[in-house]
Amino acid sequence: MQKKELIKLYHEMVLIRRVEERAAELYQEGKIGGFLHLYIGQEAVGSGVIAARKPQDRVITAYRDHGIAIACGVSAKEVMAELLGKKTGTSLGFGGSMHMADVEKNYWGGHAIVGSHLTFASGMALAEQYRDEDGVILCFFGDGATNIGYFHEALNLAGVWDLPVVWICENNQYGMGTSVSRASAVEEIYKKAEAYDTRARRVDGMDVLQVYEAAQEAIEYARKEGPFFLEIVTYRFEGHSMGDPERYRTKDEVGKWQENDPIGIFRNHILQDKIADEKALNAEELAVEQEVQEAIEFAESSPDPEWQDLIDSIYVDEYRIE
Amino acid sequence: MATITMREAISQAIWEEMERDENVFILGEEVGVWGGTYAVTKGFYDHFGEKRVRDTPIAESVIIGAANGAAMVGLRPIAELMTINFAFSAMDQIINQAAKLRTMFGGQFTVPVVIRAVGGGGRQLGATHSQTPDAVFAHFPGLIVVAPGTPYDAKGLLKTAIRSDDPVLFIENATLYQMRGEVPDEEYLVPIGKSKLQRAGSDVTLITYSKMLQLSLQASEELAREGIEVEVVDLRTLRPLDMDPVIESFKRTNRAVIVEEGWRSYGIGSEIAARLYEEAFDYIDAPIRRVAQREVPLPYNRELEQMALPQVTDIIRTVKEVL
Repeated sequence: MQKKELIKLYHEMVLIRRVEERAAELYQEGKIGGFLHLYIGQEAVGSGVIAARKPQDRVITAYRDHGIAIACGVSAKEVMAELLGKKTGTSLGFGGSMHMADVEKNYWGGHAIVGSHLTFASGMALAEQYRDEDGVILCFFGDGATNIGYFHEALNLAGVWDLPVVWICENNQYGMGTSVSRASAVEEIYKKAEAYDTRARRVDGMDVLQVYEAAQEAIEYARKEGPFFLEIVTYRFEGHSMGDPERYRTKDEVGKWQENDPIGIFRNHILQDKIADEKALNAEELAVEQEVQEAIEFAESSPDPEWQDLIDSIYVDEYRIE
Repeated sequence: MATITMREAISQAIWEEMERDENVFILGEEVGVWGGTYAVTKGFYDHFGEKRVRDTPIAESVIIGAANGAAMVGLRPIAELMTINFAFSAMDQIINQAAKLRTMFGGQFTVPVVIRAVGGGGRQLGATHSQTPDAVFAHFPGLIVVAPGTPYDAKGLLKTAIRSDDPVLFIENATLYQMRGEVPDEEYLVPIGKSKLQRAGSDVTLITYSKMLQLSLQASEELAREGIEVEVVDLRTLRPLDMDPVIESFKRTNRAVIVEEGWRSYGIGSEIAARLYEEAFDYIDAPIRRVAQREVPLPYNRELEQMALPQVTDIIRTVKEVL
């Protein structure tokens, strides 16, 4: 990556972090409803992988999706507006935190039933193959999703049809509050992919550049050969969702991982390699602050969707809805 | 006009739409080399090739999930579920995904998938392979549920379903595949969401669909010999439900019997009866009655299975009760 791209990547990771921090505040103020799953701690995974994609490569993920949306190029404004349920949000305010998509950015959501979207990824990859196009599907999911039937059906189908998909397991150590060792008979998750004859690799998810390089290899392999599996080891610094009592882990454990903050690691790297100086990074951080503030103002002043918008979203063909 | 079977009508609809649109393809268990477990797609694999006629693993979740995913990005998959009972293994994909994706993402994309599923009892297949759970699927906004009762409607409705940008569950009845009916030689489409008067009469309105349409028509012939003129309205689409022809007929006959193959409780008949009470209360001259499956898991034993399923004699008896 060139200097400019590295700074852009840093900006993006800080933006994801700051959007999440402000979203948590807005949730506490009662302005965001439903569930809110924060991406704090996992920024290097989404940013690193998506930095390696080509425009034709589709991205799809689970419910911890705000960071992935931003990494795909969705604006903080649209993310905030969706969180506030506004018409200007990514999904007209009908999806909320867990269902953000922006098809124009080739970002296909934001899916909240664990494992379901892995089968979409297989279907989308089939469409690439069917139309003889060269897009790759980048499918993110958590470690918890590797224990559900969908995971096995989707990996098997992609394997048997040689579909162009990169499976990206964000192993943040816990499916909600249940650790990998308590939920998965196979603790080294990448080995599950080997059961489907899918090439697999484990990567340090706190270093965005390692993630980026691994993703480049995986994406190009998938484009030419077929499915590839990345287990990216990471950690979520916050609870599963807002209001998680976190009885399943200690403060010490969280603190240890926070010493490996992916943004801090990348910042040090930029400074040590003299890609930019402290002053330049501070300026980026200030710009992010401004961007997020504007996003909140935009979201708060945006209109709610109309009842008719909801009706119009159900069917393409015209039917009477009672 | 040619006289063809229901199986041929469905097969022709798929064949014609595949010839018409390169984006239409089939996937499912044994749809290809085998030719379809009910022989609906016999000859397709040889003609269209394995790219467009795709045998899948026995894995219903990913059959419907991959179909949904391919549909989201513009293909037009026809996913076959060997029986509608196996839809329960793909319930999340049908109910949580296909029916909701468009709304949940603010209409950014569509899910033009057709899910073909064979239902119905009476073939001694036991409790898990003999169900008629149509009402379950018809419960959910966002899904379209079609269940034709004649070859003409099956062909025309399936062609419309394949061209529709909305997700359609197309329910076939296995015991109707050999049924014959007239179908035009030229191309035609039948609109989704329109009920149809299948027989005119003045004494009582029978409201029904799918296989029970055929039983209702048989019952009507027998009743006609006794001087009782039955009007038969075929719902054809269960969601969105078109009540207009039902209400119109009921306002003339003032008496209604609803006939369905599924269980009585929380069924199609419950819904139609409630609508009649809500929308045509002043026209009711007799209690609205239902003919439906008795409240048991269907047994293998032939006699007991038939005892549980609605019969022509049940329809005749119930019609006489409301006169």
